[in-house]
Amino acid sequence: MLTYNKRSTSFRKFLYISPFMVLLFIFAYYPLYGWVYAFFDYTPPIPLSKSPFVGLQWFRSLVENQVKVDQLLQVIKNTFGMSGLTLLFSWLPMVFAIFLTEIKAVRFRKFIQTVTTLPNFISWVLVYSLAFSMFSSEGVINGMLRQLGLTDAPILFLQSSDHVWLTMWMWTTWKALGWSAILYIAAIMGIDDSLYEAAHVDGATRMQVIRHVVLPSMLPTYFVLLMLQIASFLNNGLEQYFVFQNAFNKDSIQVLDLYVYNLAMGGGSYSVSVAISMLKSLISVVLLFSVNGLSKMLRGESIV
Amino acid sequence: MSEHAAEPVLEPVRQSRLDQKTRYKLSATDKFISVVIYTLFSLFALICVYPFYSIIINTISANDISARGDVVFFPKHIHFQNYIDVFKIPGLGHAALVSLGRTVIGTSLTVGASAFLGFMFSQEDMWARKFWYRFTVITMFFSAGIIPWYLTMRSLHLTNNFLAYILPTVVAPFFIILVKTFVESTPKELQQAASIDGAGTMTIFFRIMLPICKPILATVAIFAAVDQWNSFQDTLLLVTDSNLYSLQFILYNYINQASSLSTMVNLQNAGSTAMSSLSTKQTTTSIRMTVTIIVVAPILLIYPIFQRFFVKGIMIGAVKG
Repeated sequence: MLTYNKRSTSFRKFLYISPFMVLLFIFAYYPLYGWVYAFFDYTPPIPLSKSPFVGLQWFRSLVENQVKVDQLLQVIKNTFGMSGLTLLFSWLPMVFAIFLTEIKAVRFRKFIQTVTTLPNFISWVLVYSLAFSMFSSEGVINGMLRQLGLTDAPILFLQSSDHVWLTMWMWTTWKALGWSAILYIAAIMGIDDSLYEAAHVDGATRMQVIRHVVLPSMLPTYFVLLMLQIASFLNNGLEQYFVFQNAFNKDSIQVLDLYVYNLAMGGGSYSVSVAISMLKSLISVVLLFSVNGLSKMLRGESIV
Repeated sequence: MSEHAAEPVLEPVRQSRLDQKTRYKLSATDKFISVVIYTLFSLFALICVYPFYSIIINTISANDISARGDVVFFPKHIHFQNYIDVFKIPGLGHAALVSLGRTVIGTSLTVGASAFLGFMFSQEDMWARKFWYRFTVITMFFSAGIIPWYLTMRSLHLTNNFLAYILPTVVAPFFIILVKTFVESTPKELQQAASIDGAGTMTIFFRIMLPICKPILATVAIFAAVDQWNSFQDTLLLVTDSNLYSLQFILYNYINQASSLSTMVNLQNAGSTAMSSLSTKQTTTSIRMTVTIIVVAPILLIYPIFQRFFVKGIMIGAVKG
């Protein structure tokens, strides 16, 4: 009787959460069914049931058609370039946190922390609007340069295709740096005080304390975040590049997510873009599990 | 709530510990490093704040001057006509309602669901608990892609439907983890005692856990609200009906077609002769900047008030996780 009761309570607890699990299934798992579109010749008004099944034709077309291959290669290059830059500078938030906690003026430190986390909370549309106000031809920067007599004609910062990877990285950094540092600040506060005391007793200088006490304690956090970043290497997201794209920078700003969107929503090529989407998701999952395995092997801990 | 709830970013105890940690004898190199650190941080802080400041002073300056990009440090010829005019643009008020509606409804549902699921996933006797927890958390790491997602939403008739803003955000794995971690940090005896007194799962959740979880739920609420308010991609993909446009989407459109809008507003004001002086006449720049301020204002206003909560919330999650 008692076990029966226990079992029924345990199942009733599941029943409470089941509606939420259904919602989760519909919005996170059911979309995977959309992958079937990659195997059909689908054009929007005609329903899928009346579209011809074409097997792997779209996947083959990705590697057979020279124009498409070139385009896709450029997109992959952009994706790797921009994710690569982010990865290359992934230590910045850690350094930011280390030096921020070195600041002794409490008010100043709090002020910096408050102000630098603010951009994280505005949308990419707003970031773009700020960028537009600053850097467009009638923007503040051009106004400033003109007032100082440095330029005659306005510089077209936003319409330029030069350095797009770098400027996109700079916007990402502007938006996220202060916020990403918070995790490291938390890690710094978790450091055992006795380590500092020992260092002081040994007569360590400030840089020595940072190098031998603070930095080693940060590395585990850094590696976990680095691995997560590698796992989402192909997912740069859509919004940032969508709002910043224009006719002039299109070639160097299209990352996989934006390319897939432009193909489907701009060109109506649903099936091809689903095929690319699908490959991207599969590669991402493989990346995630390899990184997870690597983490287990090297550090004895998994990240997922 | 005690006085401590009003403490800024870093708690007082942490504060003093942090100060002890950074107590060194400063050599000449250290002093030089200090100067560099202060300069760099000040510079970055300036870069973070200046764009906001610049837009605000531009919206209240004479429009003909700001359209030339000549308002750099201080407002010139202050006026507030821009804000009055922009509110006359048809559709903007409606978009504000849509944004507000999705933020209020969406946030309430997300917070409620995160609280409940975070609590339920801490119930060790739940049937197949580990499986369902993984089932939830793993969705943070994969997605079918935007086009399959769009096709799914279309097949569920969630395009041009207000529910599309709400339903997909109800179950949010990251928030669930935050709440679950918090619940697990509370003493188990509380729940056991209540259970012995005859309280059921629901009673324990509503009467005991919800009040205890207030701090973490405040954090979740802010995150969820900011997400809803900032959301742009779902409108872009799923909505063609202008009655469902959000403020973010309207702003994006305004950046791209503000010139026609300024003509429209100027025509509307043509009747009232006093308005058409050069300094208050709407320009592309003035409209765009004014709408930007209207969209960013709620965040600028709530941010300083709630910053300490979510910084703490994230730190709790980070230190334990």
